[in-house]
Amino acid sequence: MAKVKTYVRPMQGWWRRNPYFVRYMIREGSSVLLAIYSIILLVGLFRLTQGEAAWEAWRTALTSPISLLFHWLALLTVSYHAYTWWLVAPKTAPDLRIAGRPLPECAITAGGLLGTVGASVVIYVIVRWM
Amino acid sequence: MADTRTIEIEVLRYNPEKDTEPHFQTFKVPFTHDTSVLQGLQYIKDHLDGSLTFRWSCRMAICGSCGKMVNGRPELSCHTFLRDYYPGKVRIEPLNHFPIVRDLVIDQTDFFNNKLPSVKPYVVSKESKPLSAGTFLQTPKQFHSYYQYSQCINCLLCYAACPQYGLKPGFTGPAALALMHRYNADSRDRGWEERAEILNAEDGVWGCTLVGYCSEVCPKHVDPAHAINQNKVNSTMDYFGVRKLLMPKGGA
Repeated sequence: MAKVKTYVRPMQGWWRRNPYFVRYMIREGSSVLLAIYSIILLVGLFRLTQGEAAWEAWRTALTSPISLLFHWLALLTVSYHAYTWWLVAPKTAPDLRIAGRPLPECAITAGGLLGTVGASVVIYVIVRWM
Repeated sequence: MADTRTIEIEVLRYNPEKDTEPHFQTFKVPFTHDTSVLQGLQYIKDHLDGSLTFRWSCRMAICGSCGKMVNGRPELSCHTFLRDYYPGKVRIEPLNHFPIVRDLVIDQTDFFNNKLPSVKPYVVSKESKPLSAGTFLQTPKQFHSYYQYSQCINCLLCYAACPQYGLKPGFTGPAALALMHRYNADSRDRGWEERAEILNAEDGVWGCTLVGYCSEVCPKHVDPAHAINQNKVNSTMDYFGVRKLLMPKGGA
């Protein structure tokens, strides 16, 4: 059979063509701030092993305006990341069934979100007042 | 008819014998409340330009032939109505990520010749038994564990929704991987090992980054994203050799 001439459309800028893909890119991109935040925490742990002075210096560095700005930004994007994480959780969850019927997707998402909020409140109360 | 209105339909045209790249052509098409996008295209072909080329067959969302991009979203054109776009325009393009053969017709060879056969989309039995021994029985529970995934009509909307397939055409893709799961999840099937190489590959389930749009556009609610991501767990268990211990029968 003769080879048919076809036209292949370019993929350039694909994620800007659909709001669904834009949200996907923000979801994935937000994990970059999450990674930076984790590195800062790890640095803190490392400074702790170097003694009290190093630990206090790290804590002081955290109070700088740039650090505060970053942490507010990180909190915002990580909250969004957590929200989207539960939105896609029904796709990554095993086949969950109750009495033979699949568990509704919104139940998995809502359960996860409530759990996250609940755990955050508990941790905040422990860290703040205990 | 009294309720006839007119809508503008922009269609992507490509004639491989003349054009170096596709271009849009606009048609004014009369429609009523129950005119589908497919019927709009048929009106253009019958009354305005007989050279317009597109695939269709059943007109009732079961054959999977008439998939198009409708205003940027993969849709079965028989299952989508012009009234929902009026008074705006409707922009119709061939399904994304596939090579265009002519106008709205895409080259489906990659799916039907490569991806689909690669997942062995049929029951691989442990042993064949004579017809006289009767059918393989299944409980309703066993049936429901794969029924949803057996609803795929190979319309390829999910491939048009998957940017990973567009970026890496080697990716086995949503429908083929969902069908792989359909057979792996079937209690009569023993083909897991035979399909494992495709499933575990970089272009298998791991090629998916959970964009999730495939499940969003699937007209049959197959939920390919769920099928694929469940199997990332199976693939991991297979890698560490624990899958066989947990599932000695070779089920999914």
